[in-house]
Amino acid sequence: MSENILEINNLKKYFNSASGGIFNQKKGLVKAVDGVNIKVKRGETVGLVGESGCGKTTVGRTVMKLYEPTSGQIIFDDKDITNLKRREMKSIRSKMQMIFQDPFASLNPRHTVGTIIEASFTIHGVKPEGGTKKAVGELLERVGLNPEHLNRFPHEFSGGQRQRIGIARALALSPKLIVADEPVSALDVSIQAQVINLLDDLQKELGLSYLFVAHDLSVVQHISDRVVVMYLGKVMEEAKTSELFSSPRHPYTKALLSAVPVPDPQLERKRERILLQGDLPSPMNPPAGCVFNTRCWKVQDKCRVEIPQPIQIAPNHTLACHFPEPAN
Amino acid sequence: MLKYISRRLAYTLFLILFVSITVYFIFDLLPVDPARLICSKQCTPQIVEANRHKLGLDVPVLEQWWRFIQGLFAGRTYGDGEVAFSCPAPAFGYSYTRHECVTTMIGKAFPVTLSLALGAFALWISVGVSLGILAARKKGKFADRASSVFVLVGTSLPTFITGILVVLFIVLQFNLVNPLELGDWANPFTDPLGWLKAFFFPCATLALSYAATYTRFTRSNVIETSSEDYIRTARAKGLSEKVILRKHTLRAALAPIATIAGLDFAGLLGGAIITEGIFGLNGLGKMSITAVLETYDLPVIVATTLIASTFLVVMNLIVDILYAFLDPRVRQS
Amino acid sequence: MTKFLEVKNLSVGFPTPDGLVKASNNVSYSVDLGETLAIVGESGSGKSVSNLAVMGLHNPVSTQISGSAVLNLPTGPVDVISADPEIVRRLRGKVMSMIFQDPMSALHPYYSVGDQIAEAWALYNEGSKKDGLKRAQQMLDLVGIPVADKRVNEFPHQFSGGMRQRVMIAMALVNNPSLLIADEPTTALDVTVQAQILSLLKDLQKEFNMAIILITHDLGVVAQVADRVSVMYGGQVVESATADQTFYKSIQPYTMGLLDSIPRVDLTGSHRLRSIPGQPPSLINLPAGCAFAPRCSFASEVAENKCRVTEPELVEKSTEHFARCHLSVEELSTISISRAGK
Repeated sequence: MSENILEINNLKKYFNSASGGIFNQKKGLVKAVDGVNIKVKRGETVGLVGESGCGKTTVGRTVMKLYEPTSGQIIFDDKDITNLKRREMKSIRSKMQMIFQDPFASLNPRHTVGTIIEASFTIHGVKPEGGTKKAVGELLERVGLNPEHLNRFPHEFSGGQRQRIGIARALALSPKLIVADEPVSALDVSIQAQVINLLDDLQKELGLSYLFVAHDLSVVQHISDRVVVMYLGKVMEEAKTSELFSSPRHPYTKALLSAVPVPDPQLERKRERILLQGDLPSPMNPPAGCVFNTRCWKVQDKCRVEIPQPIQIAPNHTLACHFPEPAN
Repeated sequence: MLKYISRRLAYTLFLILFVSITVYFIFDLLPVDPARLICSKQCTPQIVEANRHKLGLDVPVLEQWWRFIQGLFAGRTYGDGEVAFSCPAPAFGYSYTRHECVTTMIGKAFPVTLSLALGAFALWISVGVSLGILAARKKGKFADRASSVFVLVGTSLPTFITGILVVLFIVLQFNLVNPLELGDWANPFTDPLGWLKAFFFPCATLALSYAATYTRFTRSNVIETSSEDYIRTARAKGLSEKVILRKHTLRAALAPIATIAGLDFAGLLGGAIITEGIFGLNGLGKMSITAVLETYDLPVIVATTLIASTFLVVMNLIVDILYAFLDPRVRQS
Repeated sequence: MTKFLEVKNLSVGFPTPDGLVKASNNVSYSVDLGETLAIVGESGSGKSVSNLAVMGLHNPVSTQISGSAVLNLPTGPVDVISADPEIVRRLRGKVMSMIFQDPMSALHPYYSVGDQIAEAWALYNEGSKKDGLKRAQQMLDLVGIPVADKRVNEFPHQFSGGMRQRVMIAMALVNNPSLLIADEPTTALDVTVQAQILSLLKDLQKEFNMAIILITHDLGVVAQVADRVSVMYGGQVVESATADQTFYKSIQPYTMGLLDSIPRVDLTGSHRLRSIPGQPPSLINLPAGCAFAPRCSFASEVAENKCRVTEPELVEKSTEHFARCHLSVEELSTISISRAGK
């Protein structure tokens, strides 16, 4: 058994888009994910961050085989699942679950909470010891909800509670990996902490591994062991959390971190901020060479021509840049 | 943009040709023999054969169709010998039952249909849209509830009931139009009053159900647009409610209505069969239904089907282009 | 000393079949020219609702508004709550402007951005359509949109999120208003774009000497731009202070709880976040007494269950530092210290 629960090798996911409105039916290719390598160790949390259009959500969904990969390899629990068909994926799915962003849209409003969680058992033909109802009750309790509420409907719960229901559903079949797609972004600030703590506790209790996709760097920093930074479909930098946040080596990571406001007015006043110029390029038309070159303040000719390959700049620290920043 | 239009035009042309071929093939497959139908009581196989030749049915279907297409551009001669008859271009065919070039028949019937369509269109747009806007602005109040009654009645009553009711209880009751003159054609430019007499009630009848639908459609569009964020922005800018309604809300809410209205109008240009029938109007609708149910006049059927579909296909193109002018998001990438 | 905008005891309620939704309840705050007030709160705290009332943007038929919001103009004070709606309308876009959260939907899709900005300008200025478009182009330039002369004729869907928000700012500022209310202006934007927009707002504030009210739920944003902070919960202001006081010397349990519960990039933490238990209250059935009491970890320390019975007043507990809590500054600090010790 390898130490990695999940291995993504050179994963690519391209989408066809007939864009161009009514007059120019241009066929475009959106390179949502363009050669991404990620490893998640057993029991580890890997945070996947980036801004809109970076491809992080697509990575999460492709890993779950909700999208078929265009090319590359996905190895889950030592099994190559890249080309598995739906039927073959079924048994895998019980071990790999997803939590979604929108607690209001991800639960079927016509099903009771009990039915929603029970579905996991029913679909996979699992009959838990002591009966499904008991198992559902236990799951609800574990996520901090009242087990007697399993006959209620989603709309009777708040956003934070619905997210907990989603987590309970994901836990039903004792998965090994949970892909969490922005699980707290839609929640109020005071509720976010509750759910983050719950995810933390569950990981310690159950030995779960997380692939945590988010745009909020503060949350990612808190919960992740390692962080992967993406931009326009490619990985810019990857390192242990503490190292990435204290000593970012990629210009984009540096700019990203400098943009995050910190709830400390005196610190904010003193800070040197790197303000990136311009807009995010369209994923349909990514820049040649290094995808970040159009906004990088260190850009040189080489960056516009040659795609930087990931290099290991320090133990457990890789980045893709021709001119990395010095270590702090 | 130009490339788009020329591409669509080519496509439209192809579509029209395709419809015409389909019509010929359908009629070829039907079990009825037109050659026999136009034969009087004393029918002999020779007469039937002669009829078949006159109608041009003795050649393969595709050749029939090709002759028809040629006739459209170059005129055509029907039959031969002393009973031959020539129709100038565009020759849509020759009606043996009426002894007339179909083109001439269309020339007489189309203005009637056009008057009906235009009149109804003007009525239903002005009534339907304004009522819809009023209902939206006075949402929940009396005007809104009254309009929903109107909508219910208008969409529930089919044209043949409305028409008959109008004729019985309005036209005849109050003797507004001489029943013998009902449906008589009058040129709107030379005899406007006569035209109104002939067309006001049919147009109103036809417009009723459309107006009701458009009231409902307009009302919901205006209500939905009014709750959009950009309307709130307009208010935050300091614009008055009147200006907001006119420049912001209606512009967005009515755009989809314009396109649907175009298509509804085009549908009517092929003839409003029921309305024309009840009010005795000799439009394309009357012409086509007579040809189908009574005389089985193949050339007339082909012509009316083709005309109706052409109007729709062309209007489809116009409406698409119109929508691109209205909504810039549709225009380019 | 009167500030440019003084809101006093503003209450906004929405009658519904289930009861009156008290979206904001006796809210008071103020902001002066050149100052930035951040109003912080979570969903349902009443932060947006109060400011929409200041702008006069509520539907008068379905909203109950009471209290006052006085704009101290050079021509004299105007209470926008009680003034004639026409008078208030003539202040919108000219004296006070508002920008909203979602720039995608806040611009009319059918008109060019130049037309929309020119429309705002034409409302209060004499001039031809050409003059209006020229002014629009100047504004686009001012807010940092490159190639402004071409982009002024483009449509909103041709701009990215960040650029659209800049267009909104240009439109809001075209008539040099004295007050800008920004309702979660960067929540829907990427963090690098957010940094650009916040920096732009600060620059423009200096240039136009505007008062800015920034509504947000993000405490990091507050720390970045605010001079003063009003924290709202359950439709009320629970703490009002300078930015430094709020972050370093908070004397209100909700604010303190909030500060403790947010993860921070600058603290490498495997520390556990101290979350606030429970949920924000329903605005139809507000709990008796203090709205925060059901979730407050200090409520148990107050004698005779006072927090569940009596609603605390917003009181000045220290210079320019207001808080709504039954506990005094000393009591709070004593309890906090003893807890930290454990």
